[in-house]
Amino acid sequence: MEYKQGDCPTKIISLHDLPVGKLATVSSIQAAGLTRRRMLDLGLVPGTRVKALRISPAGDPKAYRIRGAVIAFRKEEAQQILINYKGE
Amino acid sequence: MNRVAICSGLNELLEEADQINPGGSLNLNDSVVSTIYSRAEEIAGGVVTSQGKPPVDWDKVLDDILTSRVFGFPSMLLLLAVVFWITVAGANVPSEMLATGLFWIQERLTECLVWLHAPAWVNGLFVEGIYRCLAWVVSVMLPPMAIFFPCFTLLEDMGYLPRIAFNLDNLFKKAGAHGKQSLTMSMGFGCNAAGVVACRIIESPRERLIAMLTNNFVPCNGRFPTLIALAGLLVMGATTFFGATLIVVGIVVFGIMTTLAVSWLLSKTLLKGVPSSFTLELPPYRKPQLGRVITRSIFDRTLFVLRRAVFVAMPAGAVVWLSANIHIGGVSILTHCANWLNPFGQLLGMDGYILMAFVLGLPANEIVLPILIMSYMATGSMLELDSLEALRQLFAGHGWTWLTAVCMMLFSLLHYPCCTTLWTISKESGSFKWTVLAALIPLGIAITICFTVAQCASFLGWI
Repeated sequence: MEYKQGDCPTKIISLHDLPVGKLATVSSIQAAGLTRRRMLDLGLVPGTRVKALRISPAGDPKAYRIRGAVIAFRKEEAQQILINYKGE
Repeated sequence: MNRVAICSGLNELLEEADQINPGGSLNLNDSVVSTIYSRAEEIAGGVVTSQGKPPVDWDKVLDDILTSRVFGFPSMLLLLAVVFWITVAGANVPSEMLATGLFWIQERLTECLVWLHAPAWVNGLFVEGIYRCLAWVVSVMLPPMAIFFPCFTLLEDMGYLPRIAFNLDNLFKKAGAHGKQSLTMSMGFGCNAAGVVACRIIESPRERLIAMLTNNFVPCNGRFPTLIALAGLLVMGATTFFGATLIVVGIVVFGIMTTLAVSWLLSKTLLKGVPSSFTLELPPYRKPQLGRVITRSIFDRTLFVLRRAVFVAMPAGAVVWLSANIHIGGVSILTHCANWLNPFGQLLGMDGYILMAFVLGLPANEIVLPILIMSYMATGSMLELDSLEALRQLFAGHGWTWLTAVCMMLFSLLHYPCCTTLWTISKESGSFKWTVLAALIPLGIAITICFTVAQCASFLGWI
């Protein structure tokens, strides 16, 4: 398979693994029930752009920019969100 | 006939829906939300224009410092220390001025009663009991509250509290508690009853109970002035403000550690379970609206808390005066009670009068120190109490050492919450059992810690 210059292969990883400062788009939400509902309410639908902003000094949670708001997820929640990431 | 037809029609429809979407596997919710968001994006894209990025993104700059790996925790401690330093340094002068003014009025009141030929007990009960207790509450409590509340409201208004939650969340997660507990804990600095009400933001009943039961381990505004005064006594001299600030910050950090430890114990024993999910929004920082901050903190909080303290102080002052002046077998009731509590108090590094003050202070923690001063003054020699130095002499005259001050601070930090908070817990939890535990768990911890500290200190020969 060939890619255009500067284009990287798209990987599906969990939001938790998105490095700080990088952008990605939401692929799917694995959570169920109330947690899934919360995530949908925040606008986390397939195709939404998210950016990892910072990590808490205690190591967890991480903060992400989602539709202009800054939202922090613990590791457990962020691992339930799958994203398309064009990593290097 | 119609109804039966509708029912069977409905069942058919539901069956058909279930065939198309077995067990909700199509995730209709998702498509609904997706459609709403893409439509909203479309509309917003058509009508909203943005002016480009501002030259400096202050949110990012501030967050890079306040939540960074290196400066996150130190900046939190520093902010806490600055707030306390302002409170400690700023409250001193107005406190003395209020005390001088209010006790000048007390003398005039006594003169007035003498001129009216009122019986001695009227002067005693109303002036030396009720009025003096009121004067103590106002002069000791009002200045620190009037400084601390606006400072705290300022931090709240700027949007700093969610950053505390962001920084501390991992510790709360490890303790098996909800991340929002750091928010309810911060509310507890203002007032524990308010902190308990704030626990409504935690959805899971298990984690809400943990947050409610541990809220009183951060000192509320009613206890800060006591802690500040005792810290000031510990470090008399030129470095008073600095030293007192350090001690109060140390006490607060110890309180937070206790909160985490007790939360962990509760989630391993009485309230077993795993932490539930949560999302935390970090809102943009806002320029605080100074006027609103001051009115809100002075009128809604300071005056509200002060009014409650005053209403409680009046009967408490009467009780203390009466028990100090009604004698049974040549000894006053106050002394009887204090003597009875004294052996236990000594075990905990304190004395009977201090324990009495904590018992009588159940309605409001604000009145613990005023009651103690009144009790000491009713039993010892009368003196003009217009400075910290005079207070130190009064306490030293009753056998205080540094250990007494430390133990009283620890007991004040850890003991049962005031009855307003307990009443709020009973209303919020709807359970008598949990309300009783909310009083007994902190009391048990306070007794254990004070006992350990006092016995270790005397065993090691520090006293």
